[in-house]
Amino acid sequence: MADKATIRVFRGNEDGGEFKEYEVETYTGMVVLDAIHEIQAKQAPDLAVRWNCKAGRCGSCSAEVNGKPRLLCMTRMSHFAEGEAINVTPMRTFPIIKDLVTDVSWNYEMAKKIPEFKPRPRDADGHWRMQQYDIDRIQEFRKCIECFMCQNVCHVLRDHDKKKEFAGPRFFIHLATLEMHPLDTLDRRQMMKDDFGLGLCNITRCCTEVCPEHIQITDNGIIPMKERVADDFYDPVRWLLARFGGKKKKSLPIVQSTGDAGEDTHKTKKPKKTA
Amino acid sequence: MTDKNFETHEHDVLVIGAGGAGLRAAIEASAAGLSVGLICKSLLGKAHTVMAEGGVAAALGNVEPRDNWKVHFRDTMKGGRYLNQWRMAQLHAMEAPDRVNELEEWGAIFDRTHDGKILQRNFGGHTYPRLAHVGDRTGLEMIRTLQQHGIHTGMHVYMECTLTRLFTAGEGDDKRVTGCFGYWRENGKFVVFKTKAIVMASGGIGRIFKINSNSWECTGDGQALAYLAGAELMDMEFMQFHPTGMVWPPSVRGTLITEGVRGEGGTLRNKDGKRIMFGYIPELYASDTAKTEEEADLWLRESTTGIASKAKRTPDLLPRDIVARAIHTEVKAGRGSPHGGVFLDIATRRSAEDIKKKLPAMYHQFMELGDVDITKEPMEVGPTGHYTMGGIKVDPNTQESRVKGLFAAGECAAGMHGSNRLGGNSLSDLLVFGRIAGEHAAKFAKSVQAKETDKGAIEAAEKEALAPFSRDEGPNPFLLHEDLMNQMQKYVGIMRNEADLASGLKEVERLKDAQSRISVTGNRHYNAAWHESIDMRNMLIVSEAMARAAAQRKESRGGHAREDFTEMDKEHFAKVNIVLRYGKGGDMELEEVALPPVPDEIKKILEEKE
Repeated sequence: MADKATIRVFRGNEDGGEFKEYEVETYTGMVVLDAIHEIQAKQAPDLAVRWNCKAGRCGSCSAEVNGKPRLLCMTRMSHFAEGEAINVTPMRTFPIIKDLVTDVSWNYEMAKKIPEFKPRPRDADGHWRMQQYDIDRIQEFRKCIECFMCQNVCHVLRDHDKKKEFAGPRFFIHLATLEMHPLDTLDRRQMMKDDFGLGLCNITRCCTEVCPEHIQITDNGIIPMKERVADDFYDPVRWLLARFGGKKKKSLPIVQSTGDAGEDTHKTKKPKKTA
Repeated sequence: MTDKNFETHEHDVLVIGAGGAGLRAAIEASAAGLSVGLICKSLLGKAHTVMAEGGVAAALGNVEPRDNWKVHFRDTMKGGRYLNQWRMAQLHAMEAPDRVNELEEWGAIFDRTHDGKILQRNFGGHTYPRLAHVGDRTGLEMIRTLQQHGIHTGMHVYMECTLTRLFTAGEGDDKRVTGCFGYWRENGKFVVFKTKAIVMASGGIGRIFKINSNSWECTGDGQALAYLAGAELMDMEFMQFHPTGMVWPPSVRGTLITEGVRGEGGTLRNKDGKRIMFGYIPELYASDTAKTEEEADLWLRESTTGIASKAKRTPDLLPRDIVARAIHTEVKAGRGSPHGGVFLDIATRRSAEDIKKKLPAMYHQFMELGDVDITKEPMEVGPTGHYTMGGIKVDPNTQESRVKGLFAAGECAAGMHGSNRLGGNSLSDLLVFGRIAGEHAAKFAKSVQAKETDKGAIEAAEKEALAPFSRDEGPNPFLLHEDLMNQMQKYVGIMRNEADLASGLKEVERLKDAQSRISVTGNRHYNAAWHESIDMRNMLIVSEAMARAAAQRKESRGGHAREDFTEMDKEHFAKVNIVLRYGKGGDMELEEVALPPVPDEIKKILEEKE
């Protein structure tokens, strides 16, 4: 690795901006976030960047390096060949606040719309029993650090800007977690179809490719959810069963038992509005 | 208020900080039916709680049925070398299991035992396997669970908002909070919050050390704000240096390596391959620590496979202060690893598959950032500034500070951990005391009417915040921060002595002067230099408090080690906490305060043997 590297950083705000070039001294193990901090300390004190843990755990420093979504704290400078351009830009799918910082508040609004976990009652001795192999899959989903890089790269959001009708991979994974949770009693399939636009995903797997936690978003999360929704709403036999069999959806074979039958937990609850 | 310089928001209860303690407090206050505002410096869900790895300590008794709150209480007091507020340690041990079960109710998915219950692992200083965990990302699971539950309770979350002053009304014992002042990081505009009660849950102070495991947020804001508002700080001399931070490469120096590595069987070795911890077993822990590698390994083998081991514990899992000083000593004696640490070996102890399953984040972290495959090679580790046992002095039953309506919970509060915190006790601390603080803040808010804040105080806060822009030239805040970190590391670090502490204080004085002359350019939009200049004031307050308290405590105990007073002092310092407050002339006042008397029934519990 060279002793010096040149980095081009986007400087600007919602009205536009330009690349500015900075030269930084490099050292062993240096990551792009270190370089940004060097620039901040010595050359451009008002340079804006988000970061927290600097260990790939919090998902704050998401940006794009040479057009690819990356966590700046996990991108080694040695990853780039000597003389190779290093262009750092903010995530493109979200409005720019300043420099590398974007307005990701849409994600937090979406999170509020998802009805929260509602467990069945505890076992008689006060425990909830779950086997490890029954939760391995959802523990994989729970590794999500909310870096929103999957949201950033998803073409439904990035190119088609369907933020009103599409929740995006991050929240499909969250919905899949709830749907596959052995204790949960709510049915969110109607919402997935109608409110969260699951059908708009055409499984290009871009989200899976950029996930820093290597969550198999598409194969383990989205596709099984699509199957459940398809079974439920588009399979004529099941549709007839549900319609004329007099059974509630929750009693279809793909759903876990609810523990206390007859409760209104069978219905999809509308999300509570918060202040 | 009609002043167009700032916007105003009003809530019954305001929670400052959205890590585990803040979220838990906000959930509790919301459940009381009040209007709650939750303010955080970062985005929601990014607080330093996400970095907690090993687990949350609670005597659930799922793995070891002999465990109960009394054992947990005893372990906690012993780990803190009996300087803890006994009542807090008791409440913590008693309530932690309920708090963990409650997380499960809100959607947390802990690793399971064979019979489907919450699995628990071994950790330093805990007699039995006690830490409920999710691999090595327990903190993430906890914050996400609280966040996902919290946003559905009606609380209002204010993100990327930094507070710079608390407002109070009244004097002396009648002093009461009325609100606070801050700015939006995004656009630099000012904001005033009016409230009846505040829960301070702002976390730690790790950024005052050069080598630390903390994020940029951990700048002692809550401690400083409370101190300036008239609350007292306590136990500030006790800083936990986590024994295992990364030491190489420089880019990641200080980044945390979970104690879970040792909980899963990892051992500390010096450059000669010798297991170091057998040489550092203190008297206090001699009777329950293995003296031979065979016994230590038997204990590890049995206790990591769910067998209630009769063997004694491995010394690798002694409390953190002991292990950190052992590593420090080995390195100083020239027996360290190439980059100034010691070796932490899990590769020869567990299968590659086990390591990847149990410690996935560690595997990932070393692979990506350190070019080390921990399933094949040992890690290089050394102490890193991690956690402060000190903080805002609170009432052990209500978490209320000396200022009425100002509560504190989590790392920014003092008392629970005494002179040294056991691993895993911080996550349970956040939950237990977050809830208690939220409950009592809500009670307080219901019992009083809101009070107006003096306009002059708001104007003064505004002027203070803008001062760095008014100077044409002055020190660079980033370089000042770097300077402070180096001085604290050098003079107020893991080993202290009188001369160093005096030098440290002198350096803090020099930097205080420099801080008052900082100049910042550019505008107020997401201006990192401006933010840093404001955080510097807070870091200097907690640095001064630490240096002063450390100079006063002429003994070695827990997270405070003196080369000139190497032993614990049973006569005097065993019986006092050191308290600091904002004095009349603006100077920091220090007082030794006697520990509260321990009731006989509690003494009995402390003296029981397992």
